[in-house]
Amino acid sequence: MSSPVVKLIAQRIALGIILLLAISVLIFAGTQILPGDVAQAILGQSATPESLANLREQLGLNDPAYIRYFRWLGGVLIGDLGTAMSSGQDIATSIKDRLWNTLFLAFWAAIVAVPLAIILGLIAVRYRNGWVDKLISGLALASTSFPEFFVGYLLVYFFAVKWQVFPAISTVYDGMPFGERMQAIALPATALTLVVLAHMMRMTRAAILNVMQSAYVETAELKGLSAFAVIRKHAFPNAIAPIINVVMLNLAYLIVGVVVVEVIFVYPGMGQYLVDHVTKRDVPVVQAVGLIFAAVYISLNIIADIAAIVANPRLRHPK
Amino acid sequence: MADSKAKPGVLLDIRNLRIEAMVYPPGEAPRNIVLVHDVSLTLEKGKVLGLIGESGAGKSTIGLSSMGYGRGGVRITGGEVILNGRDILKGGKEGFRKLRGREVCYVAQSAAAAFNPAHRLMDQVVEATLLHGTATRAEAEKRAVALFRKLSLPNPETIGERFPHQVSGGQLQRVMTAMALCSEPDLIVFDEPTTALDVTTQIDVLSAIKDAIRDTHVAALYITHDLAVVAQVSDEIMVLRHGRLVEWGGTRQIIKEPRQEYTNALVSVHEIEHAEQNPGATPFLSVKNVTAAYGGGHVKVLKNVSVDIYPGQTLAVVGESGSGKSTLARAITGLLPPEQGTVTFDGRPLANRLADRPKEDLRQLQMIYQMADVAMNPRQTVGTIIGRPLEFYFGMRGRERDRRVAELLDEIEMGKGFVDRYPAELSGGQKQRVCIARSLAAKPKLIICDEVTSALDPLVAHGILKLLLNLQQHEKVAYLFITHDLATVKSIADSIAVMYRGEVVRYGSKSKVLTPPFDAYTDLLLSSVPEMEIGWLEKAIKGRRMESAGN
Repeated sequence: MSSPVVKLIAQRIALGIILLLAISVLIFAGTQILPGDVAQAILGQSATPESLANLREQLGLNDPAYIRYFRWLGGVLIGDLGTAMSSGQDIATSIKDRLWNTLFLAFWAAIVAVPLAIILGLIAVRYRNGWVDKLISGLALASTSFPEFFVGYLLVYFFAVKWQVFPAISTVYDGMPFGERMQAIALPATALTLVVLAHMMRMTRAAILNVMQSAYVETAELKGLSAFAVIRKHAFPNAIAPIINVVMLNLAYLIVGVVVVEVIFVYPGMGQYLVDHVTKRDVPVVQAVGLIFAAVYISLNIIADIAAIVANPRLRHPK
Repeated sequence: MADSKAKPGVLLDIRNLRIEAMVYPPGEAPRNIVLVHDVSLTLEKGKVLGLIGESGAGKSTIGLSSMGYGRGGVRITGGEVILNGRDILKGGKEGFRKLRGREVCYVAQSAAAAFNPAHRLMDQVVEATLLHGTATRAEAEKRAVALFRKLSLPNPETIGERFPHQVSGGQLQRVMTAMALCSEPDLIVFDEPTTALDVTTQIDVLSAIKDAIRDTHVAALYITHDLAVVAQVSDEIMVLRHGRLVEWGGTRQIIKEPRQEYTNALVSVHEIEHAEQNPGATPFLSVKNVTAAYGGGHVKVLKNVSVDIYPGQTLAVVGESGSGKSTLARAITGLLPPEQGTVTFDGRPLANRLADRPKEDLRQLQMIYQMADVAMNPRQTVGTIIGRPLEFYFGMRGRERDRRVAELLDEIEMGKGFVDRYPAELSGGQKQRVCIARSLAAKPKLIICDEVTSALDPLVAHGILKLLLNLQQHEKVAYLFITHDLATVKSIADSIAVMYRGEVVRYGSKSKVLTPPFDAYTDLLLSSVPEMEIGWLEKAIKGRRMESAGN
């Protein structure tokens, strides 16, 4: 790899790290602004001023905010996310399983959704403005326009209640056989696919249509290539950067935006975990989950940037 | 099926070709227009037919019809296109795909845009050959390398590994010719293959194309608006106008004894008599030792340039692309503050930066650009566009402004009826005229004309040049005329500066600069301008003293 590419990629990664640090400050500050503190939350109604003061001393809550921030950040860097107030459990341990579950679900949803969206986008361009194009666009738009919970309940109604093919509740546990696990996530994964499909498909279509006006597309047509070969070989490679961008945004959504779907299917993922602890006002958990979501979002966008840089022949092969 | 129609030796026989398209004019209902009216032509094997005419004449449309291709919504609605003895219009989509890239290949005007930036050159050059299965990959690549060598491309063995952006425009145009020849077609359609190139590069590409046509015995349709260029490569020339045939004959007959008035106008288009004016005592604008650079001083594009401009006279700046002509204009107007040197105006130095100049200085220097249509706001009427400098510099309002706008429209030989039109409703020449009126409205001492006629058809460009000369006499305005076209320079300049790689290599009055002995670069530039003379190309190539920079 040549030097401008390495330099650009290093820049993106450095920017990502700075951004993540800034977000950690925001998350920390946000939870500080809320009324009440951890000591009050732990002691609840039974708090006396003395016990509050004692607990604050114990927890180090009397230190200035920036010291507490660095203590928290230092812990995060070595994998110590603190202790959940509501249960007294180590947050890192309980998040590990949940994060794995969320990634598992997002992975299988993406495996179906991304290729499907791109292929549908290519087909839509091939038959642009014809009935195939309109059908694909219409169906994809419809599936996105329905709220996730509605799509979820429709799936449950047909596949779980009427036909009883898949379970309505996606219970997974440690050591569950792969086949059963797949069966358990079938409905939530389908719901997620339907939600993200249209966005990616329409962006693919728009990005390719944009380069279909180029002179090199005409050159390819005048070589006698078939319409689909022109799109696949000559238009698609030049539309790859915006497509990767929208794919990564949707992948991020699959990981951080699945709260509703997880709740509907009672799937033990990060979203459920977050919702549970927001209702319990468990600040350390909310901070930890927020930071992980931010990290996922930023990393996926960095990957999109890097892919766009690497996909550009002008940067890969400078003069 | 159509064998009975075939004449021996005839490769392409187009009969009564009719081509139509739907157009969608702004603010009007879509309507059908006829682009090509019943044009017929025949082309023998191994011969070259030049198609010539202004934009909108239907040259490219006819050329592409030999491949059954219509750009945008263009439809072939009548006639026959008989290629190798069969009517290809009856073959349907599959038939078109089989002949495209195999029997007929295409060379586009801008190879830089016609190559896919994502693939290596070799993959694109051999693509059609492999697609039609006429050779294995190894054979096709061998053939491609041989063609690269024949077209005198540098490093023929390895140039195919490069990406399009790593190769210069003139070289890309030759690679594209190699791409067309690689599948050994019977016919190549060259669509203005040298129009986008500098004169000095054009001559190399032209001679490479000519040799390749001769050695491979391929037939060609050569489309261009430049009669001098087509005279070098064609056996016959067909003159088209508004989609109709004007005249068709042997090359010698067309350029020496044109029978139609329109052809005659095309042949004699470049000649404007312009007597050189002597420079006055003092120049009103002096550029002294200006050095300018882009990228924070990394890329020096102007090196120690000094020129003077005298009141009411024209300084022409000539050179190929990248020689710093437009940068000189940017330095004078303050768009690119010089690193060293000064620009003096009426005896006092001008502020380097545009932002530091008072309104009065801005008024005195106006600009006209090559692309008139992007230099105007498409959502403003002609009246608003011309009225804007009147309001801005002179505070004119209402009826006073409207009267002045009408006067200016008169001066550019366009009537009052144009006041309420939008730029999209004007022709290319009319757009450029509006831009001229807008710059005149400021009553400047100097108008910088940056390639103002390059994007126009020769006859229209001729009209613009005449207008500029007339206006100069009335308004006593001076021009800094940037161009790469030496014929234009001869018609309009009083003094000339020849630029090469950021430096002025020759500077003086027109007669002095254009009188021998020449320096090597001026000689190359002058000898590269195509002349309407059969055999000029060979003579020019033989007589050259230096290679062009684009090679």
